[in-house]
Amino acid sequence: MKYKQNRKILAFLVMIILSIFFIFPLFYMISVSLNPDETEILRNMASVRAFFPGDISLQNFFDVFDRMPFARFLFNSTFIVGTTIIIGLLVNSMAAFALARLRWKGRALIVSGVVALMIIPFEAIAVPLLLITNKLGWLDSYHVQIIPFIANPLYIYLLFQFFKNFPSELEEAAIIDGANWFGIYWRIALPLSKPILSSVAILHFLMQWGSFLWPLMVTRGPEYRPLTVAMEVFFGQYPRNWGDIMAFAAMITIPVLLLFLYLQDTYVNTVARSGIK
Amino acid sequence: MLRNDKKSIITFMLPASILLLVFMILPFLMAFGLSFTNQRLIESPRGTQFIGMTNYFRAIGDNLFKTGLKNNTIFVLVVVPLQTSLALALAILVNIKVKGNKIFRAIFFIPTVTTMVVVSVIWSFLYHPDGLINGFLTTITFGAWDGIDFLNNTTTAFPSIMLMSMWQGVGFQMLIFLAALQEIPDSFYEAADIDGANTWQKFLYITLPQLKHTTTFVIISTTILAFRLFTQVYVMTGGGPQNSTYTAMLHIYNMAFKRLNIGYSSALTVIFFLIILVISIFQRFVLNDTEEEV
Repeated sequence: MKYKQNRKILAFLVMIILSIFFIFPLFYMISVSLNPDETEILRNMASVRAFFPGDISLQNFFDVFDRMPFARFLFNSTFIVGTTIIIGLLVNSMAAFALARLRWKGRALIVSGVVALMIIPFEAIAVPLLLITNKLGWLDSYHVQIIPFIANPLYIYLLFQFFKNFPSELEEAAIIDGANWFGIYWRIALPLSKPILSSVAILHFLMQWGSFLWPLMVTRGPEYRPLTVAMEVFFGQYPRNWGDIMAFAAMITIPVLLLFLYLQDTYVNTVARSGIK
Repeated sequence: MLRNDKKSIITFMLPASILLLVFMILPFLMAFGLSFTNQRLIESPRGTQFIGMTNYFRAIGDNLFKTGLKNNTIFVLVVVPLQTSLALALAILVNIKVKGNKIFRAIFFIPTVTTMVVVSVIWSFLYHPDGLINGFLTTITFGAWDGIDFLNNTTTAFPSIMLMSMWQGVGFQMLIFLAALQEIPDSFYEAADIDGANTWQKFLYITLPQLKHTTTFVIISTTILAFRLFTQVYVMTGGGPQNSTYTAMLHIYNMAFKRLNIGYSSALTVIFFLIILVISIFQRFVLNDTEEEV
C-alpha cells in the first residue's frame, strides 16, 4: 500500500514538471501581451522576469485595434467558421441519414466511396481547387472559404455510424403517425444525436479556425482575410513589436481555450471518437 | 412511407453529393489531368498544351522537391516515435487516479486547441537569439551556453520546429491513447495481480498488446500529418536557412502560387498523394491484420 502511495506521489511530481513544459509558452504570451513597455519586454525576454511585467495594462490590445482592422478579421473568422459549421452539420447529417436509415440500391457502394474519400488530404486538391475557384471568379470572398469546406467525408461517416445504431422501431411509430422522412430526420434523428453533432462541430471548428494554407492562397487584402493569415502578415512586419504581436495572439487564443476548457468532456470524447475506426 | 422513398433519398443526398463532386472529386481528378499539361494560373496567350510526362521528369530531377521530401521523412523518423511514446506515457500518467488528474489532462491538451499560426509565433519568440530558451540554457549551464539563433541555424532550425510540433500535437494522441486505456477491462490487471505480475510485466503483456490497434492508428496518422507539414515552416523559417526546413508542401505551394505553374505543381501533388495513399493502404492492411488476430 505504501509502495502504491509513493508511486502516486512520483506520478504527481512528473505531471507537475510536464505541466510547466506544456503551459509556459501560453503564460509567456499573456505576460508579454500585458506589458506596455516594449524595451522592458526585450530586456527581460530571456529571464523569468518576463513573466512578471513591471506595469500591467491593456495598452497592447488597444494598439492592435489601432494598427489594423482587428475587429474585421475577427468577424471574418467567426463568420466563415460559424457558417461552415452550421451548413455543414445540416448537409453532412442529411447525407448520413439517407445512407443509414433509408434502403436503396448502391447505398453500400456510396458508403465505401465516402470512406475512400477520407484518404484524400486537402493538400492533394488545393492546387486544382485554386484553378477552379479562380475560373469561377471566387477569389477574395467569403464563399471561397466556406462552400468547398461544407461537405466532408469524415463527418458524414461519423454521423452515419451513429445513425446506423438507432433501433428501427424508432421511426416505425412516427411512420404510422404519418410523418415523412424529413420530419423523422428533423424531429427524431437530430435531437437524439446531440453528442455526435457536437463532436462533428468541434472537429469542424478546429479545422476551419486554424485553416491557413487555403486563405493564404485565396485572400489578397484585409477585407476577407481570417485571423490566422492576419496574424502571419502582422508577424512578418518589421520592426516587430512583440507586445502587440502577443496581444494579437492572446486575443485569438484565450477565448478558444476557455471554450474548450468549458467543453472539456465533450472534447475528450470527440478525440476518442476520431481515433476509433 | 417506405424506406426506399426515392424523392426523400435524392433530397437528402443531393447537397453533399454536389459539394463533394465539385470541390473534392473534380479537383482530385483534375490534378491527374493537369499534371500532363503546362496549365498556368493566369492563362498564357499561347494557351494550354498537353506535354506528356514532362512535368514528372522535371519532378524527378527537382532537387528542391527532393530536399522537401527528405525533410518530411526525417520529420517522420524523429517525431513519430518520440511523439507516440510521449503520448502513451502522458496517457498512462493521466490515467492514474491522482487528485487533479483532470486538470493535468486539460493542461496537456491545451496546446492542441491553440492554432498552429499562434503557436509558431509564440515559439519564434522563445527561440529568439536573446529569448527565453537560450536564457534557460545559459542559466542551467551556469553561463557555459552561448546563445544561438535557433531558427537561423541549419543544424538547429528543423529540430526546433520538430520540438514545437510535438508540444502542439502530443495532447491529441494522448487523448486517443487515454480512451483506449480506459477500454481495457480491469479484470485483466486483476488476473495479472493474482499471478504476481509486476508493473512492468503488466505494461508489456497487457497494456501494449491491448493498444496495438490504437498505436498503429496514432503512428500512421502522425506520419500523414508529417507529410502535410506546412504552416509552421511557412511562418517560422519560410523553408530556410539554406532549405534546411523546406518541405514538399512548401514546394507545391511555391510552384503553384509564386510561379503560377499549375501543371507542374499538379504533378507534384499527384506524387504527394501517392505517398499518402501508400501509407493509408499500409494502415488498412496492418489494422485488418491485427483484427484477425483478436
